[in-house]
Amino acid sequence: MKTVPALPAGGPSATVRRRATAPFGAAVAAAAAVGRLVVQPRMGFPDVPGMQAGLQAVHAADATTVGTITLDSYTRVGDHASARKALDDGSDLNGFPIVAHGAGTTRRMIGAVGASADFAIQVRHGSPLPLGIVQALLDAGLDATEGGPVSYCLPYSRTPLARAVDAWADSCELLADQVEGAHLESFGGCMLGQLCPPGLLVALSLLEGIFFRQHGLRSVSLSYAQGTSFGQDVDAIGALRRLAGEFLGDLQWHVVLYTYMGVFPRTPAGALSLLRDSAVLAAVTGTERMIVKTPAEAHRIPTVADNIQALEEAARSAEAAAGLSPGLLGLDAGTARGDNPVYAEARALVDAVLHLDADVGKALLQAFAKGYLDVPYCLHADNAQRSRSGIAPDGTLQWLSVGSMPLPPLNAASGTGAQRLRADDFLDMLSYVQRRYDDAALEELPTDTPRTPLPTSLAKD
Amino acid sequence: MYPPAPTGDALPDARQGGGQRVLVSSVSSDSHTWNLVFLQLMLEELGHEVINIGSCVPDDLLIAECRRTSPDMVVISSVNGHGHLDGRRLIARLRAEPDLSALPVVIGGKLGTRGAQNRAHGPELIAAGFDAVFEDTAGVAPFRRYLEDAARPVLESAGPARPALAATGDPR
Repeated sequence: MKTVPALPAGGPSATVRRRATAPFGAAVAAAAAVGRLVVQPRMGFPDVPGMQAGLQAVHAADATTVGTITLDSYTRVGDHASARKALDDGSDLNGFPIVAHGAGTTRRMIGAVGASADFAIQVRHGSPLPLGIVQALLDAGLDATEGGPVSYCLPYSRTPLARAVDAWADSCELLADQVEGAHLESFGGCMLGQLCPPGLLVALSLLEGIFFRQHGLRSVSLSYAQGTSFGQDVDAIGALRRLAGEFLGDLQWHVVLYTYMGVFPRTPAGALSLLRDSAVLAAVTGTERMIVKTPAEAHRIPTVADNIQALEEAARSAEAAAGLSPGLLGLDAGTARGDNPVYAEARALVDAVLHLDADVGKALLQAFAKGYLDVPYCLHADNAQRSRSGIAPDGTLQWLSVGSMPLPPLNAASGTGAQRLRADDFLDMLSYVQRRYDDAALEELPTDTPRTPLPTSLAKD
Repeated sequence: MYPPAPTGDALPDARQGGGQRVLVSSVSSDSHTWNLVFLQLMLEELGHEVINIGSCVPDDLLIAECRRTSPDMVVISSVNGHGHLDGRRLIARLRAEPDLSALPVVIGGKLGTRGAQNRAHGPELIAAGFDAVFEDTAGVAPFRRYLEDAARPVLESAGPARPALAATGDPR
């Protein structure tokens, strides 16, 4: 864990722009130094009053928070005229059109939130070609965003990977050049939201972090999305931290955990239980920041109030679990520090990719072309599509086929018979977490007993 | 515990075994992919060869892929609620191409935003040129039955060798 808010020396001599917010990387480091989990929503509203009220509510929440400005779909694809027209017509947009509003308007809004003093804000978008968005957020006095050449290209776009790599290289350099200590988060730990085994998630997140550093960033975060097994998630985050220390030790870095990104529980109790488990996971693993989901998730777009409730629930759960160690949960301490199978798998992938070319961008392109990296169930034309994965009987995510990835071949002899992945079993896997948490919630009778520090779903593991 | 999954290596044999070559695609505005992966697995399970061209497919790309891969059938899936709009547009484009006017093309998924009332989109999509429409609320069984019928050898000599059946009960 980084405890020094100051940036390590060695960064490029940046043209220092005046920030309108607290520095994002330093804000998370400062919270981590006093043992507080930073919690963050997903949130984007089209109009300034709505966006400003959302940011103010997050700032005022009873938790250590950073704010989010999620951009709309038109802005993500660079269609700013349509975003402007929607604003003029009063039509709804699914996020904040930062380019259409203009830098002055956004900067004034952030000023009204009081962000310059102690509130950091991240811009979230989802674009494989983010240069215009990065320019707009810099113009507005913001210093943090997220994504990556792989993680914002393969899952949701038809953009060729080579174009995304070039665009992200330019965007990283602009960000690093314009603001000292600008922060960039890799979304690589969240590929497709579910069913990707953690070794590949950890490797992709780290490789994007190395890519960011190669293009000048000095403050980065690596992501990981909560999976299907608490024990395997502890291993994965331990592996990610160990690799970050080994490869990015000269940077200011932290880990960001995403509450489960797949099909979400429908019952309020099941959804809250899953959210609390993610907060406990963050606390036990020393994770610095967490992006929450809300009980409204399975039904509608969450309101500000939904988000505040989720942020505060997550903060309370993390505080309650602060004294828990992996050992107290029956987990091996060495495994939790990264001496585990997820580390071995991620390290094998990372080493194979880095050996392909000294330029990480070129190495990533070659790795996908050769199938050394192969995201299961990702239909992008630049993904080899020969890997498949599934949920094992013990609840962990495992490979069903590794394709050409440099991983140990699967031992078919240990199998129970040569059966292929059936479509119905695939559907069952997609809703595995939803079913598990909803079933547990429906089985439980309401009681007035105080909540134990160990969520029920963990105790059952 | 985990036998290797099918990786597509066995695909060239599918047609010889009575299977068909099926092109699976989404529509231009829909970025969802889990539905497409499910369809691929189900079609492979039934012995078909699948070419899955993914989400957010522009109409021009779909037409080009139909020509490039010469499928026996095209399966369009959409779950974002715009499927009835995107679907009508793309099938009009496709049917306007003389070499593709008789290609069997079906569409399914969550085709509108009105839940159970989405079935109302069936007749208009059939009229626009789809051979069958499978709304999500009817489940996947009608589509499975359609595939079984499509795979059966056609005994009648008259008419095109394609079944005319819709889950909505509106044969073309």
